[in-house]
Formats: sequence, C-alpha cells, structure tokens
Amino acid sequence: MEAVFALVVGLFFAAAIYLMLSKFTIRIMLGIAILGNAVNLLLFTAGRVTPEVPPIIQKGASTLDNAAANPLPQALILTAIVISFSFLAFLLVLTYRAYQDLQTDNTGEMLVAEPDERPLPPLGY
Amino acid sequence: MAGPTDIPVDLSAALVAAPVPVGHWLVILPVALCIGLGAILLMLRNRTEWHAVIAIPGLLLLVLIDAALLYRVASEGAVTMVMGRWLPPFGIAFSVDIFGALMALTAAIVALLASFYALGEISVSGRRYGFFPFLMMLLAGVSGAFLTGDIFNLYVWFEVLLISSFGLLILGSEPQQIDGALKYAVLNLIATTLFLVSVGYLYAVFGTLNMADIAMKARAGDGSAPLTTLAGLFLLAFGMKAAAFPVNFWLPASYHTPRITVSALFVGLLTKVGIYALIRVLVMLLPVERAGLGPLVTVIAIATMLAGVVGALGANDIRRMLGYIVISGIGTMLAGVALGNADGLSGAIFYALHSMVLMTALYLLAGQAARLGGSFSLAALGGLYRRSGWFAGLSLVLFFAISGLPPFSGFWPKVVLVKAALATGAWWLAATILLAGFLTMIVFGRVFLLAYWRPAADGGVAAEPITWQAALPLLALSLLVVGVGLFPEWLLHLTQAAAAGLEQPSAYLHSVFPTAGGAQ
Repeated sequence: MEAVFALVVGLFFAAAIYLMLSKFTIRIMLGIAILGNAVNLLLFTAGRVTPEVPPIIQKGASTLDNAAANPLPQALILTAIVISFSFLAFLLVLTYRAYQDLQTDNTGEMLVAEPDERPLPPLGY
Repeated sequence: MAGPTDIPVDLSAALVAAPVPVGHWLVILPVALCIGLGAILLMLRNRTEWHAVIAIPGLLLLVLIDAALLYRVASEGAVTMVMGRWLPPFGIAFSVDIFGALMALTAAIVALLASFYALGEISVSGRRYGFFPFLMMLLAGVSGAFLTGDIFNLYVWFEVLLISSFGLLILGSEPQQIDGALKYAVLNLIATTLFLVSVGYLYAVFGTLNMADIAMKARAGDGSAPLTTLAGLFLLAFGMKAAAFPVNFWLPASYHTPRITVSALFVGLLTKVGIYALIRVLVMLLPVERAGLGPLVTVIAIATMLAGVVGALGANDIRRMLGYIVISGIGTMLAGVALGNADGLSGAIFYALHSMVLMTALYLLAGQAARLGGSFSLAALGGLYRRSGWFAGLSLVLFFAISGLPPFSGFWPKVVLVKAALATGAWWLAATILLAGFLTMIVFGRVFLLAYWRPAADGGVAAEPITWQAALPLLALSLLVVGVGLFPEWLLHLTQAAAAGLEQPSAYLHSVFPTAGGAQ
C-alpha cells in the first residue's frame, strides 16, 4: 500500500513539474493545481497510512487500544486544500486577465514589465 | 502518531485551567488588531474617505502594541500564549522572543510611515481597489509570521500575506502590473508549496508542529532522519521567498511595476519575512543541519551579494536598480546565517532591521525623485539638486547608509558581520561584504552624479513639488537611520540578545513548556 501511495505521489509531482516547465500559462496553472494535490497526498502520508479506524478512546481506557487514523494530517490537508483552492481561483483570473491585456498566453512573449531592449544607464556625464 | 502507545498520557495536564494572564494578550493583539481593522475597512468599502482615517491610527496603535511587546519580551524573556486552552505540543502556540518582537515592531513602523506616504500617492481609485484593507491584511500576515510558534501556522501566515500582496501588486490593473504580478504570483506560490512539502516531512519525522518541540526533538535526535535534505528544502523554499541567488529573478521582474508605496512596503516586509523564517528554521530548529549546509549557504550568500550589486550596476530604471540592491542586502543577511554563530546572527538581524527601514525609505525617495525629475530613468533624470537642496541632502544620507558608511545605520551591522567573519577565518565572506558595499557606493554615487548634479536636460517636464505626506515619512525614516547610526548600542544589545536566544533557545523552550523538559 505504502509503495503504491509513494509512487502515486511521485507521479503527481513529476506531472506537476513537467507542466510547470511549459511556456504557456494555462499549462502552468494546471501544473500548480496538480502540485497542490501532490502536496496534499504527501501530507497524508506524513501521518502514516493506517487503517481507517477513528481515533476514539474506549470507555474506561486511557489510551487507544488499536491502530487508528491520525486526525492531524487531515486537518492540515483541509487547511491546505482551502488555501490552494483560493489561490488557484485567483491565479486563473489573473491568467485570464493577462491573456486579455497582453494578448498572449506564452510567457516567452510576456515582456511588458521586462522589455527585451532595456537601456543601459548613461556611461558619461 | 498512530498506533498503540504504552505511555499513559495525562490529558488533564494539557488543558489550561487558569485564565490567560492579561499581559499575554499582547502576543496575539497585533494580529487580532490587523484582522479586525481589515474587516472593518472591507465593510466600509464604499466609504473610501474613511479608510485612511481608520487605518493610520490603527497602525499607530499597532506600533505601540509591538513596542510594548518588545519591552515585555526584552525585560521578562520569551512569552507564549496557546489557543483553545490546550498546552503545547497539542494546542497552537504564539511564541514571541526578542527576534520576533524586533521584526514585528520594525514592520509596524515601516507600514505606518508607508501608509502615510500613501495618503499622497494612492488615489481614490486605488483606495477603491482596496489599498488599505489589503495593507491591514498584509500586516496581519507579516505580524502572524513573526509571532507564531507553530510551523504550520507559519505556512498559513505566509499565505495570508501572499494573497494580500497579490491584491496590492495589481492595484490599478495596468498591463505592466499584470505581467509582473503573474511572475510574482506563480513563483511565490511554488515557494510556499515547497515550504508546505518541507512542513509535511518535518511532521513525518518528528510528529509535532510546535517549533519549540521540534527544536528540542531535533537536538535530541538520533541522526537517522534525513534532516539535512529537509533543511535543504527549507533553504530552497525560504531562499525563493527572500530572493536568494539562483531563485531571485522574480524580484526585479515584479517589484518595479506597482505603485511606489506598494513596492516600498514589499521590500520592507516580504523578503524580510523569508529571511526571518530562514533564520528561525535553520538556526533554531535545525542547528546541526545548518552547520552541515554552511558551505552551501556561504556560496549562496556570496553569489547573492554579487549578483544583486552587478544587476544594480546595469540597471537604468531607479526602481529596478533598487530591486537589485534589495537582493544584495539579502546576500549580506545570508552571510550572517552562513556564519551561524551568535555574532554573525546578531549582524544578520541588525542588517535585516536596518534594511527594512532603509529600503522602504529608498523606494519612497525614488518616488519623490521621479516626481521632481519627471522620470524613473537615470538617463532622463537630472538637476534634482537644483530643484530641492534639502531633498538632495536627505538622499545623500540614505545613499551613505545603504553603502554602509558611518555614521549611518548601515555601518554597524556590516562591522559586526565582517568582524564575525574574520574571527572564524572566513575572509572570503568578509571580503565579499566589503566589495559589495564598495560596488553599492559606486551605484549610488552614479545616481547622485547623474540625477542630482547633472543639469536638467532642456525642455524637461515641470517639477512637481514634494508633498508633506511624502516628506514626513521620509524625514522620519531618515531620522531612524541617523539615530541608529549615532546610537547603535541599544539596538546592538537587543540583536545580540536575540541572536543568543536563537543559539541557546532554552528561554524560548521554557516559555512553551514551563515544566522544563517535561514535554509530552
């Protein structure tokens, strides 16, 4: 189970990095979406992959008597999902706006802030 | 951790029964105040004339709170407050030591003065875009990052400040801003995601997210966990945030596009949060691994210093030039991290505080220079000295300070760093700090020569006079620079205490776990 899980996480990361290396903003966005999910899965493994028993202590006992799921990574993942979701929404709007204003989705042509021909400072007085 | 445990856990001891002492509320107050004010400003989004009236006194209050917090921490040692009445490592803690309090106070001062500048610069449409609400949320994120004692919380505060910075960056929606913002947003988001990856691994190794708990467990570790890899991941993530050498190219691409107030706020706050987190995690949490990564950090520091200053030498736009100077300053702070001893850290912290104030002042100065001279381009500027003598004098003070010349605030941290580097035999680090300072002097000497002394070109634009909203923060920031330069002892004393607290975090640990060593 762990091996499969690790393989899936690795696959997600590989796909995300491949997409983020692209020139086109929409592919970069897809890469970021997959990266967010890869990280969420990774956080999940941080709490160990265990049986899906809720961590409830039996009546009269003071400790858990069997292996249980760790609730903390799930709380972390929930937070991370909310955050990455809102960021992705913002980035998608920004990308769309950039496409409208700059007339391109190719980052190689997005040279408004950093034009190719930047003048050097004057060399003489 | 999952799985049966044979250690009986006494949960009653983990729940705080006593009410929180009144003084402890100071720890959480900066964040609560910023979020509260941000919410109020959002509710008043149609009444933009009220925004500055509420935000500026609010920021003044924030400065006072942070000053009180620093006073308390300096006199009584680190303070910890836990949420939900659950003691660490179960509950989420806000822990403040001198380092965090110093950074938070400086950030609040910088934000107050920059918001004053915004009165004259951010127009009604800028206010309608939500400048002041975004500013308050940005400060909530920055204060939270400086004051939190929980590493996952640090990630959350990073995201809070990041999303507000996106809003500020595209204030006005010009094509240039959107272009800069896209690069900034994507790269910073990847950096925070990397940070989250590292937090996930850290949790997997230690099973805790409380920084004090991690620091204790890392020191007592058996060395079987791949902590050096983890420290390297943190270094990459925070280095990206702080714009350290191989991952610095987003900064000059985006910091010159927004309004000058926004740029000034960003250089004052955002890259320094990256440096803060880097010092906190590498020095306090993983000291052994930092020592292992020492040579790598040294190389990065040297490359960052030189790359920054060489970029500044080749830039024509003043704002882009300042962006490169910020990068060079980050390199100087990294030099302190590379040394890793108390002296080096004290120099790095001092330099960070100095840089927050000074870089903000320089960006505001550039904004006014552009008003006076009608352009941001060095090729077009000229005759500023003739137009305003006192402004030129003030500029010279700030230029001296950034080059590290006495008697201004840039001198002392460099002295501390060079001395610390020479004491450990790292002469190459000392030489690079001095060389970068010398090249910075050339950069700003050229600015003064071209923009101030050179007579204005014929048919230049009519000069707009400097407004009082701009003059006041500039004077206040310069006063800080000169004051710290003339009387450095008290700040030096504080930064040394902060560095000592990072190296030997027993006071910090004790504030989190009052039953010293009795964690769990």
